[in-house]
Amino acid sequence: MIPRHLVIAVAVLLMIVLGMAVYVWQMRGRAAAVPVATSDARPLAPPSVGPTEQLTLFVAYDDPGILRARSARIPLPAGRQQRAEELLRALLALYLDKSSPHVIGVGADVRSVYLVDPGLAVIDLNAAFADTHRSGVLVEELTVASLIHTLSANIPGILKVKILVDGKERESLAGHADLSDFYDVSAVNQLASQLQSAP
Amino acid sequence: MRWSSSPSSHEAPPVVRRECSRIAGFLFISGLVLVSSFLLSTAAQRRLSVYSVAANYSLPVMQRANHDYVSLLELLDPLGRVNAKLDGRRWRIRYNNVEGEFIAGQNRARIQGRAADLSSIFLIENGRGLVPVASLSSLLPRFLGGPVTVREDSGRLFIGSIATHFTASLAAGIPPRLVFNFSSPVSPSVSTEPGKVHITFTREPVVAPASSTLTFGGNIISSATYSESNGLAEITVNTTAPLTPSFGNNGRTLTLTPASAASQASSPPPSSPPPVAARPAANSPANSPENSPGNSPPSAPSPSSYSSAPRHYFAVVDPSHGGDDRGEALSSTLLEKDVTLALARRLRQELENRGISTLMLRESDTNLSSDERAVLANTNHPAIYIAVHVASAGHGVRLYTALLPYGSGDNGLFRSWSNAQSSFLPVSQGAAASISAELQKQQASVRIVTAPLRPLNNVTAAAVAIEVAPPGSDLGQLTSADYQQLIASAVATAIAATRDKLGATP
Repeated sequence: MIPRHLVIAVAVLLMIVLGMAVYVWQMRGRAAAVPVATSDARPLAPPSVGPTEQLTLFVAYDDPGILRARSARIPLPAGRQQRAEELLRALLALYLDKSSPHVIGVGADVRSVYLVDPGLAVIDLNAAFADTHRSGVLVEELTVASLIHTLSANIPGILKVKILVDGKERESLAGHADLSDFYDVSAVNQLASQLQSAP
Repeated sequence: MRWSSSPSSHEAPPVVRRECSRIAGFLFISGLVLVSSFLLSTAAQRRLSVYSVAANYSLPVMQRANHDYVSLLELLDPLGRVNAKLDGRRWRIRYNNVEGEFIAGQNRARIQGRAADLSSIFLIENGRGLVPVASLSSLLPRFLGGPVTVREDSGRLFIGSIATHFTASLAAGIPPRLVFNFSSPVSPSVSTEPGKVHITFTREPVVAPASSTLTFGGNIISSATYSESNGLAEITVNTTAPLTPSFGNNGRTLTLTPASAASQASSPPPSSPPPVAARPAANSPANSPENSPGNSPPSAPSPSSYSSAPRHYFAVVDPSHGGDDRGEALSSTLLEKDVTLALARRLRQELENRGISTLMLRESDTNLSSDERAVLANTNHPAIYIAVHVASAGHGVRLYTALLPYGSGDNGLFRSWSNAQSSFLPVSQGAAASISAELQKQQASVRIVTAPLRPLNNVTAAAVAIEVAPPGSDLGQLTSADYQQLIASAVATAIAATRDKLGATP
């Protein structure tokens, strides 16, 4: 003979389980009904305004396959991390221009730059950046060297850089330049020196 | 207190024991099935070796309905410009200016509008056209316009008069040495077992002498036999003493010297290059009990200790990309993975022409990850690893050595995988400089830079990547035989010239 209180308890628990199941089913249906934006182009923060600063961008030129230093005046926010993001966006704006010496795909952008002490910078690129990037050892290397050398030349204290794509680790940029490891900034600076001399 | 154990109290009930034995039996049978299927698949892997003036290579042979088949596209690809198109059951192939048409399920084809009979039906698998091996002797001359010899039993195919002949004789001396003279350079692998030395030719079109058994009548070296199977040719020397191989005359002479005589010699003859192709087996003199670590005082392993393992190939050539990884789309019809394979085949041929034993990491359109490439290269302990890339951007040739990633240095006895190349970087840079100098002699535009390019940083040998761009603005030059030949020849000449330096690296 099962005690009466046990029967009541089991019945109550069963009702709770059924209720939860119905609730979860409804929630699932509602989540599925919400359209997922394939590409959210809405700005997250207002564009930087205010006093401009003189900076050096290291720009890739495909034709001779070199990096060239180019001075630019751009407005930069006060925060170190935001400065790094704006700096790289300024570099990408050059590459997205029609007359760019090193074309990158439409929609390529930097999602975020995280500066983590001691000396680590994480550059998070969007998927369009990597998916539309041209393939080749030199063209990919020019992009990577341009990003890292520009960042380290203008934001002091960076020793190593990790590049993510859409927040995730990726094996290579477009089949060649390795993205699975941390870049040693001093080694990339040496590479940038090699790439600044004409072939 | 005293503990006692009663067998009966710990014994499982009969039902449980029966269940356990059933599970164990099931696991045993499953294991047996797995092992036997693995062994069967390994044993069933057959190959067809193709020898031609343009390239020596091998292809997998597939058995379908008791007939041997090969992919016609893969067979013709290294020999010239080839493309194929599938239209329903019709498969059209164009090799240089010769057109062929095959229909799946039929044993009749048309080549240049004329009918050609096949010994069994034509097959299409995954878009690839498969032709019976038995029909190659009639099909290929019509595509290639020259004589072809197919040895179906041994899986060897000779295009034109390409055969390498040899003679063998005992040279005077105490004890006498066995000297093989070949009509062109060879780089076989040499392995030993008690009473026998096996000389195996995987890439060379070595053919049998007048008699397949050679009798010398010596006390130590009595006879040798020639045999060929599964795309390989092999000479087996019967001997009563261990023999040491050495190569000379630019790879045209192979001398087998009894080990006692070899050890008495203070140094090898100056004309003899190092025996780069010698591949000591587990019981070769180099690994004989006298030389085994067990007889010497134990020493602490060092990071470089594994590098002294036997060198199987002097050079490893890696045609980058392959399979799903297409590399750069150089044009709407031209993929980087295909051009790297063609260029790598030329490079291997040029290296082997200079007596340098070479391993290609892929022979066909297969997937290989960066880690797999590094593991394959490292386990063969080559003196140099060369990755081949092709690009549409820029002009000329770019040579890359590894750009090592941040930190992750060696930890005691363990080497960092990411920085495995670090101690080999100077020799890699030396090899790149040598290749650059040779290419400049050929008036090619060259540049050396470091690159974050895997698996260069994972290779424990000199490691260089070559990225070939067209010399001018015409992308078609990337597939030009003359341009590819110029680069392959210059790279091989540079490696041959620095062979001693590269071979001396740990």
